[in-house]
Amino acid sequence: MTADIRRGVSLYSFQNETFQGKMSLEDCIRACAALGARGIEIIGEQSFWGWPEVGVDEAAVSEWHRLMRVYDTVPVSHDFMLDYKRYKDRDMPFDEQVASVRKDVEFGARLGMKFIRALVSIAPEVLVAAAPYAEEKGIKILIEVHAPLHFDHPWIIRHAEAFEKSGSDALGFLPDMGMFLHAYPRVWKEKFLRLGVPRNIADYVEKAYADRILSEYVILNVQQMGGTGPAIAMAEVMRHNAAFEPKRMLDYMHRIHNVHGKFYEMTEDYVEPSIPYDEIVRVLNKGGYRGYICSEYEGNRWIEDAEEPDSVEQVRRQQVMLARLLGEEAVPALKTLVAA
Amino acid sequence: MMDNKMICTELFENVVENNETIGFAFLGRLPYYRGLGLSMIEDIKVEVDGEAIAREDIRFSVRGKAYTLDQMETVYDDRWNFGEKARIVALKPGGLAPGKHRIGFAVRMRVSYLPFVPTTKDSKELLLAA
Repeated sequence: MTADIRRGVSLYSFQNETFQGKMSLEDCIRACAALGARGIEIIGEQSFWGWPEVGVDEAAVSEWHRLMRVYDTVPVSHDFMLDYKRYKDRDMPFDEQVASVRKDVEFGARLGMKFIRALVSIAPEVLVAAAPYAEEKGIKILIEVHAPLHFDHPWIIRHAEAFEKSGSDALGFLPDMGMFLHAYPRVWKEKFLRLGVPRNIADYVEKAYADRILSEYVILNVQQMGGTGPAIAMAEVMRHNAAFEPKRMLDYMHRIHNVHGKFYEMTEDYVEPSIPYDEIVRVLNKGGYRGYICSEYEGNRWIEDAEEPDSVEQVRRQQVMLARLLGEEAVPALKTLVAA
Repeated sequence: MMDNKMICTELFENVVENNETIGFAFLGRLPYYRGLGLSMIEDIKVEVDGEAIAREDIRFSVRGKAYTLDQMETVYDDRWNFGEKARIVALKPGGLAPGKHRIGFAVRMRVSYLPFVPTTKDSKELLLAA
């Protein structure tokens, strides 16, 4: 199938600004639209106060649809959480988990979403049980394949097998590009240096990551170099992140319907130094991917102790990178100030 | 995440009830990229000038509804929303003297997908008006 890759943004990217009330929902959507990123993904409960425990009134949903019309944007995904640890000392019962997913299917449908995102720790049986309702509502439930998990992990294979066995096309995957972490992110290293990690140890961990050394060896070496506290933590990050290969997505293309364009830093010359987006776009084209790549800026939490993140500028740079990789002729630009 | 944005600086006051100063209050935010149902807030710690306030002397309120921390554990129909400023009251007879005070604020939350239970904290010097 011919690929049809479109640009979108997860409003997760603007969390530093929205948390502080510096950007409204409309500011976020206006910024995405200005960049030609027409697909809008949200974490429902981040963008809509009250969801899920209290609920969201119809006025807020109408306003969402008004914004989609005014800015000519497209609802892509409502990312839900399913808090199965809602009760202290006991997990939420199976039937209640399924009912909770059905509520999110319904909320996704109210917002006009095509997809809802399930967290990777949710059991496949829960999603399979919710699939018929999702089909009825025209929604696909996509489990987010996110580091430390990856497409060859037994847990993901179990999901894939359950999806195939169910025979439902309302179940699928949403890969997060952070699982293809080809270099130790610079913003992570800088944060650990600020936390007091000695320069020689930080350089060693960065080099060991580039050399693809097994995390356990790196942790031991850091201990033997005299590393403590944050130095160990800097090495332990390698337990949860690795340079898996984008081509591993190819076996699952028929179930991949949305992609998280995770990034930690976009440089002034439009490069994400730790995630190989050129290779990722090549693989998605080869696999005939038809859907959005939604920017997901996650560098904010790594720099906020030292500087105020500029999430809009970071997203702009990634959108420029994506537009170039996708062969678009016009370069996305912010023509007007995004936030007042 | 959001650690340094937990304690808000625009409100810091003594709490007076029936002409009696029963404690002090400030505004706090959940250090998270989303909100949480109140039952998943496992603990909130408040310190003033290095002195810890007992768990039973802390009150949490959002949108005018106040809870003790023990009550919150079984509240399934209310939330601490993303970026929402909760009013945190620490019961302390007589309240605080006017002037600067170092406030410590920590939140422990039960997050379904995390293989650990994170505690995030902030500390700021706030000025209590005379």
